[in-house]
Amino acid sequence: MQLTERHHEYWRKNLVITAILFAIWFVFTFVEIWFARELNSSMTFLGFPLAFYFSAQGSLAIYVALIGIYALIMRKLDKEYGVDEGDLE
Amino acid sequence: MSTPAFSQSTFNRNLKKYYTFYTGGFILFLLAIALAEQLGMSRAWIGYWFLFATIALYAGIGWMTRTQDVAEYYVAGRRVPSFFNGMATGADWMSAASFIGMAGTLFLSGYDGLAWVMGWTGGFCLVALFLAPYLRKFGQFTIPDFLAERYGGNIVRFMGVICAITCSFVYVVAQIYGVGLIVSRMTGLEFGVGVFVGLAGILVCAMLGGMRAVTWTQVAQYIVLIIAYMTPVVWLGVKHTGIPVPQFAYGYTLQKLGEVEKKITADPKEQEVRKIFADRAAAGRAALASPDKAYAEGKAKVEKNLADLKAANAPAEKIAEAERAVAAYPANVNAAQVQWRREAGLAARAAPPRPHAQAFPGADEAAQNTARLNFIGIVFCMMFGTAALPHILMRYYTTPSVQEARTSVFWSLVCIFILYFTAPCLAVLAKYDMYTHLVGSSFASLPAWASAWAKVDPSLLSIVDINKDGIVQLAEIVIGGDLIVLATPEIAGLPYVVSGLVAAGGLAAALSTADGLLLTIANALAHDFYYKLIDPTATTARRVFLSKFLLVCAAITAAYVTSLKPGDILFLVGAAFSLGASSFFPCLVMGIFWKRASKWGAIIGMGAGLGICVYYMVTRYPFFGINMPLWFGLSPVSAGMFGLPVSMITIFIVSWLTPAPPKEVQELVEHVRYPNLVGDNVVSEAR
Repeated sequence: MQLTERHHEYWRKNLVITAILFAIWFVFTFVEIWFARELNSSMTFLGFPLAFYFSAQGSLAIYVALIGIYALIMRKLDKEYGVDEGDLE
Repeated sequence: MSTPAFSQSTFNRNLKKYYTFYTGGFILFLLAIALAEQLGMSRAWIGYWFLFATIALYAGIGWMTRTQDVAEYYVAGRRVPSFFNGMATGADWMSAASFIGMAGTLFLSGYDGLAWVMGWTGGFCLVALFLAPYLRKFGQFTIPDFLAERYGGNIVRFMGVICAITCSFVYVVAQIYGVGLIVSRMTGLEFGVGVFVGLAGILVCAMLGGMRAVTWTQVAQYIVLIIAYMTPVVWLGVKHTGIPVPQFAYGYTLQKLGEVEKKITADPKEQEVRKIFADRAAAGRAALASPDKAYAEGKAKVEKNLADLKAANAPAEKIAEAERAVAAYPANVNAAQVQWRREAGLAARAAPPRPHAQAFPGADEAAQNTARLNFIGIVFCMMFGTAALPHILMRYYTTPSVQEARTSVFWSLVCIFILYFTAPCLAVLAKYDMYTHLVGSSFASLPAWASAWAKVDPSLLSIVDINKDGIVQLAEIVIGGDLIVLATPEIAGLPYVVSGLVAAGGLAAALSTADGLLLTIANALAHDFYYKLIDPTATTARRVFLSKFLLVCAAITAAYVTSLKPGDILFLVGAAFSLGASSFFPCLVMGIFWKRASKWGAIIGMGAGLGICVYYMVTRYPFFGINMPLWFGLSPVSAGMFGLPVSMITIFIVSWLTPAPPKEVQELVEHVRYPNLVGDNVVSEAR
């Protein structure tokens, strides 16, 4: 079938959301690891050296949040652009 | 569990009811065993009860959910609600290595061990953003299905089958090894017998009901394993931090641990022990440098000692001791060299404890940067490997809709997060407990658990009074990583029933992962290889039967390979992830996000990624004996760090050089991008 302009817009928005979440993921993974020594000596959080905190807990919680946010935003976007699957319950 | 006449919402309600009853029942079972322990039930019987009751339970669920229907067998009828799919994925994902090995690795290597924690959780972001919703919309049975439809042709499917089987098989061997280990610990049965008892549990379940049975068993297994992991940690947390959720408070324990580490580093008695090790290591190295001379000198020395004692008319026991030393002296230079190498290896024990929270230790800036690169390498390969392992991706075919697939990844990571953010906490608490209670205690009054475990298995715990002062120094303790989780209940002073529970949890973790993996292998062979490539006219009954038969074959082959005890299990697991990351991830993701990715791009890209990955491992991993110099000092486990970019670039270049995919394929790509497309004429979902 021929996709409409709205369909393309939906896909572009999806790409933007994906890219933003992916960037956050990248920062809290690889940028955090790259500067781990500096973060560890800079400050403590709840008693943890900062890089230890993120690698053991903080980044993990952010991963969970990223996936949750993605599911919520996409659910809304699906409805807005009429490509949702309806109410399944 | 229900008949198709039920609506999805009734089904969901019933599920909640069943599993609430189940959890309650399991807790009652625990209380009953705890009571029986107080009344005098022996430890062996507690072990048997946990082993057989849990395996019987999983087999029972397998029996109740047996099926012949193709959609039920391959994808559990596509009506697993997201939360339950999350729990099942959690159990599928967390293997014996996560349950038993992870906290131990963290205990031994501190911050550097966190690479595994990050790597094995962050990958789910990639699954959520790039794969799960699109694969669910595509809605076939296996991962090679997607590759074949998207890129067209049997070559791609065949390569997919090969990759899926390679990754899964390497991984399943590690699981079965874990099953054998736990069963033999729990009951005292022999390792080989343990493997087959555990295997029977796996087979009953996976064979009778395929994905449907595996799903509902995995939910049950998740509940067992999470209760088992949390119970001792909560207890230890109350003891050291004063609150039952130590995960948020162990930062302060970590600080106290840092002070204890400093004290141990400066303690003169500790330094004395470390010096003894350093001297012995130096002597070993010196002897290795000129073996013949050292051998003759050493031999002369023990013999002279004996002669001197005899000449001086020394007491009989001194002479007997000297005679033993002469008898024990290596028979030839080669045997002596083995001994010297062991002595030279003691250099590791001459080092002071490394601060637990310190990132990337190393002698100089360059060594630290190499440590950082290897940390990044592990995180990178584990993450992209997560998003490529077929037994995990397959789970997202089982949800009722695209929307549910997205939420399901969320619940998966929540379920996994609970265990993974507890493991570093457990490591710190156990370490603090050990450094403050075991270190500095006297050899005459070792804690009961320490002497018990040292007796069970010296590779897990050995304590020897090196400097003969009667006090335990840290440098005198050798700990195997697996001890931490297995012995925590005893370290925390809990009744034996909790130890049984922890073993049952480890078993659940190993069994559930093995289930998922074996099913992936059997499906790749029966569905992709036999049905799609050899005999497309096969009836559904025949396909399901064949899959069950192949499952048994795969299980027996894996058990056989396991019984050979192949080398380094952790390397094998890491290798499976690197292979997955280099072969599957690029062509799956580019297939969804780039319409122009062509058949030949995928074939050559997959081959190139896999080729580089295998080449780097074979030429660098010591097992193969080639040992070429490392690139940038990156260890061969992280070969995926080269494989993945090479594969992506190859797909990109070759796709531009070859014709664009046909119109149907482009429509398929559009089809998977939208959860529901009105007027869409592509029907991909298999019923």
